Amino acid sequence: MSDSHGHPVAEATWEGGASPFAVGDKKLGMWLFIVSDALTFAALLIAYSYVRVVNDWPHPFAFSPAIIFSSVMTFVLLSSSLTMVFGVDAAARNDRRGAVKWVWLTALGGLVFIITHLYEWNHLIHEGVRPFENPYGTPLFGASFFLITGLHMTHVAIGVVYLSVIAARYGGGKYDAEDVEVAGLYWHFVDLVWMFVFPLIYLMSVKLH
Amino acid sequence: MATATSSHNATFVKVWIGLLGLTLVEVILGYIQFNMHLMLTLLMGFSIVKAYLIMAYFMHLKYDRPSLTWVLVPPLIACILIMMGYFFPDSFRLLAWRP
Repeated sequence: MSDSHGHPVAEATWEGGASPFAVGDKKLGMWLFIVSDALTFAALLIAYSYVRVVNDWPHPFAFSPAIIFSSVMTFVLLSSSLTMVFGVDAAARNDRRGAVKWVWLTALGGLVFIITHLYEWNHLIHEGVRPFENPYGTPLFGASFFLITGLHMTHVAIGVVYLSVIAARYGGGKYDAEDVEVAGLYWHFVDLVWMFVFPLIYLMSVKLH
Repeated sequence: MATATSSHNATFVKVWIGLLGLTLVEVILGYIQFNMHLMLTLLMGFSIVKAYLIMAYFMHLKYDRPSLTWVLVPPLIACILIMMGYFFPDSFRLLAWRP
C-alpha cells in the first residue's frame, strides 16, 4: 500500500490475533458495561448518603426480623457467586453438564434472593412505607429504600433470566465457555453492588438501642 | 476466547468463607452499635475489602492481564472520589445550616 505521495505504508490489519488486554470482545464489552453500571449505583448511593447527612433519618430495622432476613439474603447472594464461579470453571474444563448444573443453581440462588426481598418489601409496604411517605420519618427514607433496592433487584431479575438463557443454550451446545464466563462477570457485579447496599441501607438504619 | 487456567476452586471457597466472615463482622457491628461514624467507616472499609475480593478472584482480574485491571479500576475510583468530593462538603454545609 502507498500513501498519496507514493511512499510505502505498513498496512494495519488485525488478523484476529492478540486482542486488547488479551480478553475477547464480549468479555471486554461486559467489563465496560459493568464500570458504567457501577458508576450508576455509586451515584445513587452517594446521593442517598448526601440526603442522609442533611436529614433526620429513621432507624426502623429491628435485628429480628429485618436484619436477619437481609443477612440471609446476603448469604444467598454470596453463595450464588460461588456456584457461578464453579460453573465458569466447569465450562472452561469442557464439563458441559457440570457447568449447566452450577449455572442453574446460581439462577436459583438469585430467585431465592428476589422472593425473600419481595417478602420483605411486602412487609414494609404493609407498615405504610411508600416512595413518597412512611410512618417512620422523612419521606426520603422510603424513596431511597425502594429505588435503590428496587434497581438492584431489577438487576438480579435480569440476571436470573440471563443465566437461564445461558444455561439452556450452553447446555444445548449453542454457546461456549466464554459466554458462561461473561454471564459470570455480570452476576458477580450484582453481588458486588449488594456488598455496598446492605451496610448502607440496612445496617446504617438498624434500630438503635 | 476462553482463558485457559488450572482450577482455582479451592481458592474460591476460601474467598467465599472470607466474604461470609466479613459479612458476619459487619452484622455484629450493626448489633453492637457503639458509634455511628466509626461504624460507617468500618462498614465501608469492609465493603471495599469485599469488593476487592470479588473483583480479584470471582471476577478473575487477578488471573487476567494487569493492564485490564489498570484500565478499569483507577478511572472507576477516580469518578467515585470526584462525586464524593463534589457533594459531601456541600452536605456538611447544609448540616451546619440546620436549626
